[in-house]
Amino acid sequence: MEEVDIKVLFDIYKKMNLIRKFEQKAIQLYWEGINRGALHTYIGEEAVAVGVCSALRKGDYISSTHRGHGHCLAMNGDPNLMLAELLGKENGYCRGRGGSMHIADLDLGILGANGIVGGGIPMAVGAAMALDYQEKSNVVACFFGDGATSTGAFHEALNLASIWNLPILFICENNFYAISTCVTNAIAIQDLANRAKAYGMTSQIVDGNDAIQVYQETKKARDIAISGNGPVFLECKTYRTEGHWVADPQIYRDRKEVEEWRKKCPIEALKNKILQKDVSKKKLLESIEKEVEQIILQAEKFAKESPEPNPKDVQKFVLV
Amino acid sequence: MPIMTFAEALRNALYIEMKKDPKVILLGEDIGVLGNVFGVTKGFLDEFGCKRVRSTPISEAAITGAAIGAAMLGMHPVAEIMYVDFTTMAMDQIINQAAKMRYMSAGKVKVPMVLRTQGGAGSGEAAQHCQSLESLFIHVPGLKVVMPSNPYDAKGLLLSAIRDENPVIFIEHKLLYPIKGEVPEEEYTIPLGKAEIKKEGNDLTIVATSYMLQKVLNTLPVLDNEGIYPEVIDPRTLSPLDTETIFQSIQKTHHLLVVQESSAPASFAAELLAVVSENLFDYLDAPPRRLCGLSVPIPYNKKLEDASIPNEKDIINIIKDIL
Repeated sequence: MEEVDIKVLFDIYKKMNLIRKFEQKAIQLYWEGINRGALHTYIGEEAVAVGVCSALRKGDYISSTHRGHGHCLAMNGDPNLMLAELLGKENGYCRGRGGSMHIADLDLGILGANGIVGGGIPMAVGAAMALDYQEKSNVVACFFGDGATSTGAFHEALNLASIWNLPILFICENNFYAISTCVTNAIAIQDLANRAKAYGMTSQIVDGNDAIQVYQETKKARDIAISGNGPVFLECKTYRTEGHWVADPQIYRDRKEVEEWRKKCPIEALKNKILQKDVSKKKLLESIEKEVEQIILQAEKFAKESPEPNPKDVQKFVLV
Repeated sequence: MPIMTFAEALRNALYIEMKKDPKVILLGEDIGVLGNVFGVTKGFLDEFGCKRVRSTPISEAAITGAAIGAAMLGMHPVAEIMYVDFTTMAMDQIINQAAKMRYMSAGKVKVPMVLRTQGGAGSGEAAQHCQSLESLFIHVPGLKVVMPSNPYDAKGLLLSAIRDENPVIFIEHKLLYPIKGEVPEEEYTIPLGKAEIKKEGNDLTIVATSYMLQKVLNTLPVLDNEGIYPEVIDPRTLSPLDTETIFQSIQKTHHLLVVQESSAPASFAAELLAVVSENLFDYLDAPPRRLCGLSVPIPYNKKLEDASIPNEKDIINIIKDIL
C-alpha cells in the first residue's frame, strides 16, 4: 500500500481529536442542562469520517446521519457554528431550527445530517445523479450505519445507483448496534459488504478503527467511482464506545465488550503509528492536541454567547 | 387556438421546459419507452436521452429521494409517481425530507422539485389506485400542493411548478387526461397560490377541486334554468390557498359549498370550512357546507364506486338544501 503523506496524517490526527473533544464538550454541556434533545455522539468512530472525508476532493459531497457531528467536522465544518446549533442559537448552522441532527453546509459539500435512519441514502443517489449529469469528476460519499441497511430506502437506492453507474461511495459504518439491537440479532449475514453484492456493486470490508486504511480504501474507491465503474460500497467495522444517545443506560451490552473496543481507540492507534515511524513527532502531536482544546474552548464561548432566535421568526424559512 | 387534451397540455409544458432549461430532468416508472402510462412523456427519451429521462425501477422512495438530492445540487427534477396511492411508499422522502430541508437549514438548502402524480376514482381500479390523498400533503408545512382541473391550467400551473423553488406536489385526476380544451402553443404561467373564478354569481360560493370542478360546471345549465346563480371558484393550488379570492366571494354570496372527491375528515374541505367559519362567521347566512366522497375505500363495482363519490345530482341537491 502507498505511503500516506505525513501532512495528511497530521491533518487526520487533528480532525479526529477535534471530533473527540467536540463530542466530549457536547456531552458535558448536555449534563449541565445547556443543550437539549437527542445527542448522538461519534466517539470511537472518528477514523471512519476522517479517513473517508480526507480522501475526498473539492466538489465532492457527503450525506450524513443522525450521528453526524463527526462527518461535519471531517468536512471542515465550523465547530463554532456547530456547537451554537447544538445550543439552538441564532448563530448556529441552522439558526437553531435544525439542531444536532440536521446540520447542512452545501458550500463545504455537506448535504446534511438526517434524523431518519436510511432517509439520506436516496438523496445522496440523487446528488450523484446530478454530478453525473453535470459531467463533473466528483463523487458523493453517503454515510449510514448498520441499522440503515435494513430499510427499504437503502435497498432501493443501492439498486438505482448501481443500474445507473453513479459516482457514489456507500460508506457503511457498522458499529454493531442499532440503539440496543445488535447486528447479530438484526441482520441475517455477518458482513454487510455482502449486501452490496446483490446489486452488482464493488465492495470492501475495512477496519473502521484504522484511519489510514479507511483513507487508502476510500481513495481507491473514489478512483473507481469517478471512472464510471459504478458505485463502491465500503463496510467500515467500528464501534461506538458511548451510548446511542448521551443518556443511554447501555443495558444491552457487556461492559467488557466496550472496554475491549476502547483499547482499540482509533486516535491512540493513529498516534502510535505515527510515533512508531518517527518518535520525534511526539511534541508536534501534543501541540495539535492543545490547539484542538483551544478550538473547542473558543467554540463553547461562541456558542454560549450567541443570541437565541427570535420567536417572531418561527415561521420563517418554511417556503422560499 | 389549438385544442389539446389535459395529457397533451402537460406534455407540452414538460416539453417546453425541457427544451428551455437543461436543469430540468425527469424520473419515474415507465416514463421512457412507454412515455408513461398516460403518454405524457411519450417521445421524450429519444429526444432528450436517458440521462434526462430516467426511467426507474419500482422504487418510489428512491425516485423521490433522488429528485430531492438532485434538486439540492441545483437541478429542477420532475419526478413522477404513477399513482398518488403509491406516494405512500415515499412518504418519508416527501414529508420528512423534501418538505423540511429548507426550514431545517434555515433557508440555505432549497429543494426545487415537482412530484407529478395521478389520483382520483372513476376508472374501476379500486381501493389502491383511486384515492384522493391531497389532504395528506396540505397538512405538511413546506410543500405546495397543486390540482389542476382543465388543460389550460394544467400547462400554466405545471410550468410555474417546475420554476418554483419549493417542492411541489402536482396531482392530476385520471379522468381529466382525455378532456379537451383550448391551450396556447406558446409558454405561459399561472401563478401558484392564485384561485380562479370560473363563473361569477351572487347566490352562493362553490369551491371545487380537480375533477369535481368539471362536475360542478356540468350542473350550471340546470341551476340556471332554476334561477340559481352560484359563483364557482377553482382554487387550483390547495396549499398555499388563495383565501382572499374565496373570502371576497363569500362576502358577496354569504353562502359556501366546498366540493371535493376526497373524504371529509381532516381534509381540504374541512380546513376551508374551519377557516371560513373563523373569519367570516358574521357574513354567512347559512352554515358552510361540504360535499365530499364517502369515508370508504374506493370500491371496484361501478355502482358502488359511483355511490362513493359526489355526482352532479348530489351537487344540485345540496345547493338547493343550502339555499
